[in-house]
Amino acid sequence: MTGSTADTQGQRGFQGYQDLPDLAELTGSQDAAVAGAGPARRRGVELALLVLAVGLSVCGYLSVGLARHGTVPPGAAGYGAGLGVLALLAHLAVRLRAPYADPLVLPIAVLLNGLGLVLIYRLDQETPHDQAALAQLVWSTVGVGLFIVVVLALRDHRTLQRYAYLSGLAALALLAVPIFFPPVNGARLWVQIGGLSLQPGEFAKILLAVFFAAYLAANRSALAYAGRRVLWMRLPTGRVLGPVVVIWLVSVGVLVLERDLGTSLLFFGLFVILLFVATGRKGWLAVGLLLGGAGAYAAARFEPHVHTRVADWLHPLASIEAGEGPNQLAQSLFAFAAGGMLGTGLGKGESILIGFAAKSDFILATAGEELGLVGLSAIFVLYAALVARGYRAGLALRDAFGRLLAVGLASILALQVFVIAGGVTGLIPLTGMAMPFLAQGGSSVVTNWIMVALLIRLSDSARSLQESDRSQQEDMVP
Amino acid sequence: MTRQIRWAAAFCLLLTVLLLLNAARIQLVQSATYDDNPANRRKDIARYAQPRGDIFVDGRPVTGSKDTGEQLRYERTYKNGPLYAPVTGYASQVYGSTFLENTEDRILSGTSPLLSPLPLIGDLTRELEPGGQVHTTIVPQMQRAAYEGLGGKQGAVAAIEPATGRILALVSTPSYDPELLSGNGIRAARDWSRLNSAASKPMLNRAIRQTYPPGSAFKVVTAAAALDAGVIGDVDAPTKSPDPYRLPGTSTSLGNEVEGCENASLRYAFTWSCNTVFARLGVEVGLGSMAGTAQRFGFNTRGLRIPSPVATSTFDTSMDQPQLALSSIGQYDTRATPLQMAMVASAVASGGDIKAPYLVDRTADSSGDTVGLTQPRSLRQAFNPRTAALLREMMVEVVEKGTGRNAAIPGAVVGGKTGTAQHGFGNTGLPYAWFISWAQAQDSATPAVAVAVVVEDASAVRDDISGGGSAAPIARAVMEAGLVRAAEREPQGWQQQQPEGWQQQPQGWQREQNGWPGARGRR
Repeated sequence: MTGSTADTQGQRGFQGYQDLPDLAELTGSQDAAVAGAGPARRRGVELALLVLAVGLSVCGYLSVGLARHGTVPPGAAGYGAGLGVLALLAHLAVRLRAPYADPLVLPIAVLLNGLGLVLIYRLDQETPHDQAALAQLVWSTVGVGLFIVVVLALRDHRTLQRYAYLSGLAALALLAVPIFFPPVNGARLWVQIGGLSLQPGEFAKILLAVFFAAYLAANRSALAYAGRRVLWMRLPTGRVLGPVVVIWLVSVGVLVLERDLGTSLLFFGLFVILLFVATGRKGWLAVGLLLGGAGAYAAARFEPHVHTRVADWLHPLASIEAGEGPNQLAQSLFAFAAGGMLGTGLGKGESILIGFAAKSDFILATAGEELGLVGLSAIFVLYAALVARGYRAGLALRDAFGRLLAVGLASILALQVFVIAGGVTGLIPLTGMAMPFLAQGGSSVVTNWIMVALLIRLSDSARSLQESDRSQQEDMVP
Repeated sequence: MTRQIRWAAAFCLLLTVLLLLNAARIQLVQSATYDDNPANRRKDIARYAQPRGDIFVDGRPVTGSKDTGEQLRYERTYKNGPLYAPVTGYASQVYGSTFLENTEDRILSGTSPLLSPLPLIGDLTRELEPGGQVHTTIVPQMQRAAYEGLGGKQGAVAAIEPATGRILALVSTPSYDPELLSGNGIRAARDWSRLNSAASKPMLNRAIRQTYPPGSAFKVVTAAAALDAGVIGDVDAPTKSPDPYRLPGTSTSLGNEVEGCENASLRYAFTWSCNTVFARLGVEVGLGSMAGTAQRFGFNTRGLRIPSPVATSTFDTSMDQPQLALSSIGQYDTRATPLQMAMVASAVASGGDIKAPYLVDRTADSSGDTVGLTQPRSLRQAFNPRTAALLREMMVEVVEKGTGRNAAIPGAVVGGKTGTAQHGFGNTGLPYAWFISWAQAQDSATPAVAVAVVVEDASAVRDDISGGGSAAPIARAVMEAGLVRAAEREPQGWQQQQPEGWQQQPQGWQREQNGWPGARGRR
């Protein structure tokens, strides 16, 4: 496809000598130029990949049914149709309003979401009294619905810049709300309204990313150059830095109060990365790592909840030696180990032994056991590809806010995957968090779809910019 | 800003690489350690995910499996559990397994490489082969005759086919139902502790795992030693034996329960079980020759497996003369399993040739195709053929007119030897009654069966306990069943009954014949 584009361009360039007016006409209106450069949109590629993603998910669903009952599961057609319709609607929205969007983003999201549904459906087979797959499909529908709304309604990402402070305040409010609700499993993360159980911290991620991006974009010169020099660093003035540090401290404080270490870690990492990208000052990295290290040490030392997690991480099998049987982390490691290179096959593992949170925080263990290192690596690579597409959009965009927002959203995804995947595989201490798209949890899947919608919008802007650049360069050839 | 974005992207890439490396560490490098952790239930779950292969007696399964629908899905069941418990053992989800359930576990659980046509495929698909079959050499009629003969008494019976070493019956009473221990519930735990603490030790396999002083039944070994060593030339010549016999170097006198033992011939002394003659004979033969002969019969030989491990029967090799005198009549430190004593009778019946006893005829995959076959194997020649002929004669006389008349079977040649073993401190315990014998149909060239019976008859009055009284009738019942079986098989001979093509079995039976290579290696 790239080749054919080049051909077209070459031809056009050659013809430019004679048909200058035509070319001017073509490039005069950006929309018209876009219409002319059809292949660069890659919407066909996206559709093909979506078919593949839905197909793979349906295969997984069939595989679970065949392995467990030896028959095609009764809901196969409905499930496939449901996922297919969602994917198609999302695709149409993108085609309509974000024609230049990166063609990989949506298929990866659909595949991860479909795979998550398969894994949850597979674990449902072990828990006849706790069926979660249908609810997850409903939440996925809500998520895709919001995705479509965002893609259709948000014509330009720069609009969000206007709501920076509102986003910051809203994020704080969302983070603070669960404090007034009873804790669930030791953490105050949930808000119960009627039968629904929401995790407002998930939505706060996006709002905080918007706030950070907007604020840092507006104040990056001040942060980078103003202020007094202390030792080898130039400290920014309190006036500029104040609001950022305050909102960060408050959000982290709230999270420590709610005992959600994972999200706390996520926000901190996001803050440091964005500060570094915005100012280009390595000093910020040093300060960030120092602050983070001190915070982590203090939490591990004085917070019993965290202390236990660190002890478990250092000695995952200690509870077995103590005669108390394997804890969740040990069971998770057992599951990954049982998977080996190729896995047991969907429906044939015993990851349900993990018990509580097998469908949410520990869902990756099921993937590791039943799909093996091969499948797990594929999932990591899917996430990495999604993150990479976010960074690509960030690199291609011109406006600081857009760049920072793209980097922020991609970093949230990367950090979240690392924190939870590293936790369940014993790389870092375990912190409760949802694996994006895979894990059971409505708030999480809805938030992730909104994030993907924003990435689609950002990549659309980035790629249409590149496209118009190319047209302008062609314009200058003659 | 562009450079910083690239830096941040590189950082995210680093995170991904760390995740991948760590996943490889857990899933490949350390996976075996985690898989083998005892707290990891996966192996148990996989093991019980399919029905266990069955153990067969005479072509019919004596075991089964039931689907419990629990995490450990299939539980072992037994048909006639108490009858066959000494053969099968138990297979518990909690308490491990014993006897054939233990030694043949890889066949029964489907993990044996013999069951898999292409071993690598199994590793790839992770599918277990269905559990294979274990066909035993047990003859149900003989097993039942022995079990019913023992009735409520404590005791054991071992019967073997002298020409091959096939174990035809292996009974221990009181017995228990192994099915009680199959599951993992609280009931299994209760039964486990009840069976283990019971005074009568129902889970003890007396036929192969318990040694008893053999008493006068050991006189067969002493006679063989005396004849082989040339100490006795003529079995009808009088021996210079005082009655009572004062043990050398002591003031202890040994007497007899019968008359006419003074200077009795070996034949008379054997037929009527004169302690004095045999005690003195043992001393005359000497410790070296006695121990040598005992060892050729299988005493002091560690590591006998049928393939279930058999307790080692012992004949002390460092004794003074009075101890040797007592040992020669099967007292003092001399101890034997019922299986060992059956091997003694078998050796006499088959002219001194001792065959390795075995319990597993063949192993097969789930569809019954043979994957392993046990071939009869000679252990050694216990004594020379002339001795064998004389011992046969004397054992026959015991049954025809001596202490073993209760074992006589019309139409068959039966040889036997009674025994009454003193035991306990100062011989205050109730004696054990022994009877070892063999039977051969009159029109047959080979003996059909050799059997050893021991009865620990705790309820009987001491004088009544004699091998001839309690144990001989049980031996007769077992031998009768054995003769019937032999008559049925005679027209073909045993070899033609083996599955076709068994000689072409490539490596299978050798690998599967797990009793013997191990036993030899340990010697």
